[in-house]
Amino acid sequence: MRYDTIVIGAGLSGLAAGIRLAMFDKKVCIVEKHVELGGLNSFYVRKNRTFDVGLHAMTNFTAKGVRSSPLGKLLKQLRFSHDDFRLCQQEMSEIRFPEKTLCFTNEFEFMRQEVAEQFPDQIDGFNKLVEKILVFDELDLDDGNRIMSRPVLESFINDPVLIDMLFCPLMYYGNARVGDMDFYQFVIMFKSIFIEGFSKPEGGMHYILNLMADKFKELGGELKMGSGVKTINSSQGTVGSVTLENEEELATETVLSSMGYVETLSRCEPELAETETYETGQVSFMESLFVVDKEPRDLGYDRSIVFFSTQQKFDYKVPEDLIDISSGVLCCTNNFQYPEPPKEGLIRLTNLASFGKWDSLVRKDYIAAKKEWRGRALEALFTFFPDFSDNVVFLDSFTPKTIKKYTGHINGAVYGSPEKIKNGKTPVKNLYICGTDQGFLGIIGATLSGISMANLHLLR
Amino acid sequence: MTIEEVRQIILNILADIAPDEDISSIDDNTKLRDQIDLDSMDFLDIVMELRKRFNIEVPEKDYEHLATMAGCVSYLTPLLKDRPLAS
Repeated sequence: MRYDTIVIGAGLSGLAAGIRLAMFDKKVCIVEKHVELGGLNSFYVRKNRTFDVGLHAMTNFTAKGVRSSPLGKLLKQLRFSHDDFRLCQQEMSEIRFPEKTLCFTNEFEFMRQEVAEQFPDQIDGFNKLVEKILVFDELDLDDGNRIMSRPVLESFINDPVLIDMLFCPLMYYGNARVGDMDFYQFVIMFKSIFIEGFSKPEGGMHYILNLMADKFKELGGELKMGSGVKTINSSQGTVGSVTLENEEELATETVLSSMGYVETLSRCEPELAETETYETGQVSFMESLFVVDKEPRDLGYDRSIVFFSTQQKFDYKVPEDLIDISSGVLCCTNNFQYPEPPKEGLIRLTNLASFGKWDSLVRKDYIAAKKEWRGRALEALFTFFPDFSDNVVFLDSFTPKTIKKYTGHINGAVYGSPEKIKNGKTPVKNLYICGTDQGFLGIIGATLSGISMANLHLLR
Repeated sequence: MTIEEVRQIILNILADIAPDEDISSIDDNTKLRDQIDLDSMDFLDIVMELRKRFNIEVPEKDYEHLATMAGCVSYLTPLLKDRPLAS
């Protein structure tokens, strides 16, 4: 038995690639290290409650019938109907800084109006920036010249507060680089968050993951859970098989890996010289989940998602402490337009965190530090927002160390390496990558990454 | 397969590729991509469905024949005329 393709990782990119391959009768097996689907956008169960991890919402919302958008393309390529995803749109989100706030919805004109009101002297520049973004081809797979975002933004906008306010959500939801962002990634994120917008599937991320896994299996694909990859075996630069951690060896014509570029190369046998020279990502997060005994809106939390900075200057970096409490993202899962309200209130708080700091703690200190820094993050939050600590009925936190443990990504780097491999190629023939390190971002981006790499390398 | 049957198999493929699209009112002489918003990824899917269902290989130079329904029917009918209608 020889597979046409082994896909490594049952996250969104791996599942999407698997569906495409199985759809055209390829013999395909997805191997996943964890016992749950989802990779960086997974979920977990505690005390009969299911919590989504990964992104707070899906970006790139477009309405049913819009087929040229990333979401439209994804649905078409995987042959889902828009209704199958059961997407419920956000109500309103906000970027909150010390002296300014900008609200946004899934209607871009609303945000344009907000900018005009809050930054009247910047609106012309903002409009010109939007023009540039709309005509930019961010999906070009050729690398070309690297353009960074900050100089581009500064050429249109001369108020540093507005620049930081625009960066805040776009960096938090997809930037692998500290300080600045590749401009094509800025464009991807700007379109996916501000021009298109947020939604959540009714039933949470695990609903979509199960939908995709079921489709993959119906099409004849094979899914091996709890099956980490030990080695990817090649001879003369061509992959021939994959060995799992349980020593089972699977013969294959091709491998498509979503585990990360360096993570993939470091499992190659014989060893590759390139493994050491490639930059790994550093950006990771701590997140705390608070189940509350009221609707969040009754506690003063009426936004879907708030991106905040308690300081005028927003700094997107690996913190020197365990986490950076001066900025963060607050998500109220309840404030999406569900047909029926969720049973309980849930507030999620996300802050930048340092993998190195968390990883250096021994177990006892690690547990104490989670509690301490959760408290500090809340304290900083409550200088800006109403106090909900008396209403918490359940809480839990995860750190970069947790992310590393379950996803295998080096440093728990949620957005992978700052250096993307847009064409998905590796030094080994017939070994390709998809997912976070290939360069399309977010839930929809990851899914499209799997689709486009399957189309480009494995179906032609 | 008759001309009408060939037309129907194209419609079946389009219905699978574009489940949210209304394909009942397709005009045979207008470009498909102008009627149901097909992009290059979708054309690849039509070609791959033909390979999968009927073992027909459409070389890249012939993709232009698939631009309209009438073009699809006249290109594919000779290739499918001896085949029974697949289930």
